[in-house]
Amino acid sequence: MDRPAATLIAALLALLAASSLVWMFQGIGGGNRGFILQLRGTKLAGLVVVGAAVGIATVLFQTVAANRVLTPSIMGFDALYVLLQTALVATLGVAGFAALPGAAKFLAEVAVMSLLAAMLFGTLLGKGAKDIPRTILTGVILGVLFRSLSTFLARIMDPNAFAVVQSVSFASFGSIDAALLPAAGAIAGLCVAGAMWLAPRLDVLALGREVAVSLGLRFDRLVLVTLGLVGMLVAVSTALVGPVAFFGLLVAGLAHGLAPSARHAVLLPAAGLIGAVILVAGQTLFERLMGQTATLSVVVEFAGGLFFLFLLLRGRVR
Amino acid sequence: MIRINGLSHHIGAAPILHDIDLTLPRGKLVALIGPNGAGKSTLLRLVARLEPVQQGRIEIDGLDLSTTPTERLALAMAVMGQQTHIASRLRVAELVGFGRWPHHHGRPRPADRAAVRQALAAFDLEPLAHRFLDEVSGGQAQRAHLAMTFAQGTDWLLLDEPLNNLDMAHSRTLMARLADLVRGSGRSVVTVVHEVNYAAAWADHIVAMKDGRIVAEGPPETVLTEPVLSALYDTPIEVSRHDDRPLVLHHHWHDQLGSPFPKAADAPSHLLH
Repeated sequence: MDRPAATLIAALLALLAASSLVWMFQGIGGGNRGFILQLRGTKLAGLVVVGAAVGIATVLFQTVAANRVLTPSIMGFDALYVLLQTALVATLGVAGFAALPGAAKFLAEVAVMSLLAAMLFGTLLGKGAKDIPRTILTGVILGVLFRSLSTFLARIMDPNAFAVVQSVSFASFGSIDAALLPAAGAIAGLCVAGAMWLAPRLDVLALGREVAVSLGLRFDRLVLVTLGLVGMLVAVSTALVGPVAFFGLLVAGLAHGLAPSARHAVLLPAAGLIGAVILVAGQTLFERLMGQTATLSVVVEFAGGLFFLFLLLRGRVR
Repeated sequence: MIRINGLSHHIGAAPILHDIDLTLPRGKLVALIGPNGAGKSTLLRLVARLEPVQQGRIEIDGLDLSTTPTERLALAMAVMGQQTHIASRLRVAELVGFGRWPHHHGRPRPADRAAVRQALAAFDLEPLAHRFLDEVSGGQAQRAHLAMTFAQGTDWLLLDEPLNNLDMAHSRTLMARLADLVRGSGRSVVTVVHEVNYAAAWADHIVAMKDGRIVAEGPPETVLTEPVLSALYDTPIEVSRHDDRPLVLHHHWHDQLGSPFPKAADAPSHLLH
């Protein structure tokens, strides 16, 4: 890693450490410190995992799509996860849903998510393989389909079950599911390690299919593996806080803007750190300093949405 | 050499190539010519493994395309397609550096850096090395792509219409560079060319295609003749000579300027083979 890149990563690490310290120790009184620190530590870990997962998933996805405006949520990745949850509640009922062991259920869901993503994109890529715009169009349509199916299921289920579904279908950074955290953190860690291992190949993938094939890259297989990683990372973040639409776009845009080169060995950790810093610093600001008068998810989505419009208006859609 | 046996290709229901048998010699500048839709680019893309082979066999220096790992093929041939747009923001030197990827797979060694410097120098790209690709002209970007395929250090270079969007000066320089690669560095170049006079001036071997078949091949003297070209392009074409090479006068038919409606009998009706 060259000097400007190392400086960027070090600066982001320092920012993350500073905001984490504020988050952990701001206004801590003389009361039950152990309890408060444990509570805050859990939340902190959740925010870091979600921020890193969303940031890295979006960068990976944009590399595969050769496009800086699309995100996994546009492709319906998180809609698929919400549909999975809704279908579970609808078939098992609230009691049955609650009775499922948390971590095992989550692992099964992640497996189903990556399997579905592989099947879906496997069939899409198996024959055409080259036609990424068509794949993405199909993804947009599938996303609408998944959301409509979730809405349909929610309409015909009873109000109590609907309340349970509602809690997983809206983003909330304040209430992170602590029981899922160890499993989610482990999966996210493995995915990030895998993505970093693939980083040199992703650089070649980003050159486009013709150049990459000419350089001897197994293009179609790498696209599938990368989409599988994206599926798992989205499952992790959606399970912890719910679907976030534009947050990834904001993080990936910042990472591409700040990173001195287009190398994934720099882009991926930068995106992960930026995502974590925004969530930790933002949650500290809104929860502690502003006393819950605003919600981080709303503000982040608003900023992300503005950035999306900016990208569209600047005309650099590619 | 590149050996092609019984190669046929369909896109949907439309047949593109019909049972092609062709041998491309080593150490030559080979030009593929022919009218639009003749299947030149498809043939090149199949050899370059950018499309899967449907029927037939392709062998490059004894390596069967269907059984050789793609990583190994990247050490035997370099390809420059028509797509030269790149999504990520790269500097010229970084792009040329990717040419060495088949040799180091992400961990460049001193020999790779030296090869990149040599490629930058060979294509006069040193002053532009640290510019971003979207900040240089189209001709310069194309030169960077060519330098990348050069840096790959393969015996074979396959180019799909490299003269597209280049003006006269850049086209001539590019063809001179290709000829220099063949005569100076002993590489073998296969290129699709639309303007036959560049093939006439620079190519050692010409392959003429029409409707998915090879209709003529050989040195420029035997392929670039009035009967062959007139039948190839379905239009009367005169061939003159210049600097001891064929000069194809395709821009007008000689009495068209005087009378706007030439008599049909004027057109030669030669048939090939």
